[in-house]
Amino acid sequence: MPQTILTDQVTSHETSGTKHHPPFEVDSTIEREANARIRQYPAEHKRSAVLPLLHIVQSKFGYISSDAIEWVATKLDLEPIKVAEVVTFYPGLRQHAPGKYHIRVCRTLSCAMGGSYELMDKICELAGIDRSQTSHHNPVAVSPCGTWSVEFAECLASCGTAPVCLVNNDFHEDLPAEKASELLKSYK
Amino acid sequence: MADSAPATAEKLPKDLAAEKGLVNVQVDGTWVQVPAGTRMIEVCKIAEKEVPHYCYHTKLSSPGNCRMCLVQMGMPNRPPPGESPHYEDDGYQQISWMPRPVIACANTVTENMGIRTTGELVEECRNGVMEFLLINHPLDCPICDQAGECSLQEFSVEHGRGSSRFEEMKVKKPKNVEIGPRIRLDDERCIMCSRCIRFMDEVADDPVLGFIDRGTHTTLTVHPGRRLDNNYSLNTADICPVGALTSNDFRFQMRVWFLKETKSIDVNCGTGCNTVIWTRGNEVFRITPRENNEVNSSWMPDSHRLNFHYLHAETRLGDPFVKIGSKHEISDWPGAIAKTAEELSRFKGEEIAVIGSGRMTNEELYLLRRLADTLETDLLSLVPRVGESDGKLISADRNPNTSGAKLIWASRNPYAKLESIRQGVVTGKIKALIVFYEDLLGDAQFKADDLANLDFLVSNHILTNKTAKASDVVLPGAGFAEKRGSLVNITGRLQRLNQAISPPPGAMDDWEILRDLVKALSPDEPSRYLLEEVFGEIADEVEEFEDLTLSKISDLGIPIVETGESIPLLESEKARITAGEIVG
Repeated sequence: MPQTILTDQVTSHETSGTKHHPPFEVDSTIEREANARIRQYPAEHKRSAVLPLLHIVQSKFGYISSDAIEWVATKLDLEPIKVAEVVTFYPGLRQHAPGKYHIRVCRTLSCAMGGSYELMDKICELAGIDRSQTSHHNPVAVSPCGTWSVEFAECLASCGTAPVCLVNNDFHEDLPAEKASELLKSYK
Repeated sequence: MADSAPATAEKLPKDLAAEKGLVNVQVDGTWVQVPAGTRMIEVCKIAEKEVPHYCYHTKLSSPGNCRMCLVQMGMPNRPPPGESPHYEDDGYQQISWMPRPVIACANTVTENMGIRTTGELVEECRNGVMEFLLINHPLDCPICDQAGECSLQEFSVEHGRGSSRFEEMKVKKPKNVEIGPRIRLDDERCIMCSRCIRFMDEVADDPVLGFIDRGTHTTLTVHPGRRLDNNYSLNTADICPVGALTSNDFRFQMRVWFLKETKSIDVNCGTGCNTVIWTRGNEVFRITPRENNEVNSSWMPDSHRLNFHYLHAETRLGDPFVKIGSKHEISDWPGAIAKTAEELSRFKGEEIAVIGSGRMTNEELYLLRRLADTLETDLLSLVPRVGESDGKLISADRNPNTSGAKLIWASRNPYAKLESIRQGVVTGKIKALIVFYEDLLGDAQFKADDLANLDFLVSNHILTNKTAKASDVVLPGAGFAEKRGSLVNITGRLQRLNQAISPPPGAMDDWEILRDLVKALSPDEPSRYLLEEVFGEIADEVEEFEDLTLSKISDLGIPIVETGESIPLLESEKARITAGEIVG
């Protein structure tokens, strides 16, 4: 196994979705937001703000770039590896740009039985996404145009209306594969 | 009913222990008394019961993540409400054993607690933990440097099942990664004990290591662009229980079971870290720190432990040389000593100066002073070697025996006369110069032209240098691993240097050179056959050494003088012990 795997796993690489997200930049707004979160913790436990800060970064820029990791580390007086530890642990924290619309399809029991795998296949077919390269370390697949990206999610807490999915922050219920094209059209 | 304490004046074991501030703990059926709040694993150590462990280290925090130290724990029966506890005939309460194991490294003991380090439950646990640890381990012991000193290997033999039931693919991880200039990482061998991460966080104050992709693929690494290049990085290879972190310098050089271990001390600075010198034949292969909580804890700087290769350098001096005309010719020892004595006796006392080294042992320094006395000169000095303290184990005084020189020469500043000697050589007032263990053109800062002013120069060193080239007689000596002796560190602790290998054929132990030289100049001097006799003379003469012998110094040394100096790393460790973060 090549040594570069270490670097690959902790740094961001460009995807077709990168163009839909603003590049990481520190301005006064994000500084203010970050400082407000840091102030919520006792000064000697400043480190606890690592997750809130990462959420701020991901919601603003779509993913957490290497520069963002360095910035969070500096804000919290940590070595960047201590932030990378957290980023690589949570599947919800992304290091590479997703598409303009990131679709998370639930695959927990009720949805899986209700047809979420078929839904996923259909979305991929319509958006031209190749999921064959996804892996443990890289669960997100992006369409060549960069508009769409998909990822399986664990329970989205709506088992009665399976299958369900999230598009960015919008929740969609009762979504058999046949409704996939309608779903995508509503976002075009 | 015997449900209360016996009515006699006899005290219960719990009261006897409480008087001493201790508690009674039963370990495998035997009762021991330990301070309340001691960790279970330390209690087992006191009771001489082994508890296998990987992540636990007395000098680091206890995350309890390897689960190897699982033991069974029992607590005294709690009496029903309103009743007092029942004490058995032996004075202890009956112990009820918990059905599930606990980790011994992070739990503490209380009165009447029981610990079982054997038994079906504990053995099952160890067996299970070992099986999980070995699932993804590459089992490449035949090519692994750690083989022979690997905890995974050892506990696998003792507690493992002998064969694997795992038929699936092992997880692939990065191998042969250079994470720092002196350390190489094999992530597949790593058992995720996190000792190295905690060492870098807590002791080295350089938290560059971390785990990414926690879970099945947990991988130890440094952040891109960062390196494990701290001067204490090699300690991580020492504490790594497996072969995940190995030293670039020692890697593939020798199987550890072929190596002989000699307990000695470091001579690169005034701290005098306790070390083990690992040798085979007449070659040093590595130096590792040896635990001494009054000197270096369990650690040692990389720069010091790697500074031994010069012992085997090609420029090593083998035989004594005498300058005949303008050429050096090999001489025998009696010839070289006689020639030196003969030449020196031509000069008056004030025309001779003696320069020694703060790297010399107490015994050598004593004989050097005898030499100066015999020659009736008071121009005797060491060469100062001052750097910056790193705030941990490297002291600003880079000479290991300044404190010893102060005592043995009864001098407040053994470096004081170097400048006047240098001036004396420039002006030509000093005509003969004796130099031991120093290069005049190096740290002593003499100029090559000045040496030409001398009528006679005799030097001792272990490597060829410009001083040796300019010398009329060259007396090759022994390196730090090639001799015995004692030194006093900056805190005033007398420590012992031990001989691990022999000096090259033709070279001689420095104390013997000095002894012969003194005897040749002054035949009335006593004959000294053993280093112990020289130490005995020091003990007779210097108050601080009174009643001591070389063997009384023991492996951990003894404090003989109050210098007021402290070792910064020990101070920070003491604070952490007080705060209860580490056992120490």
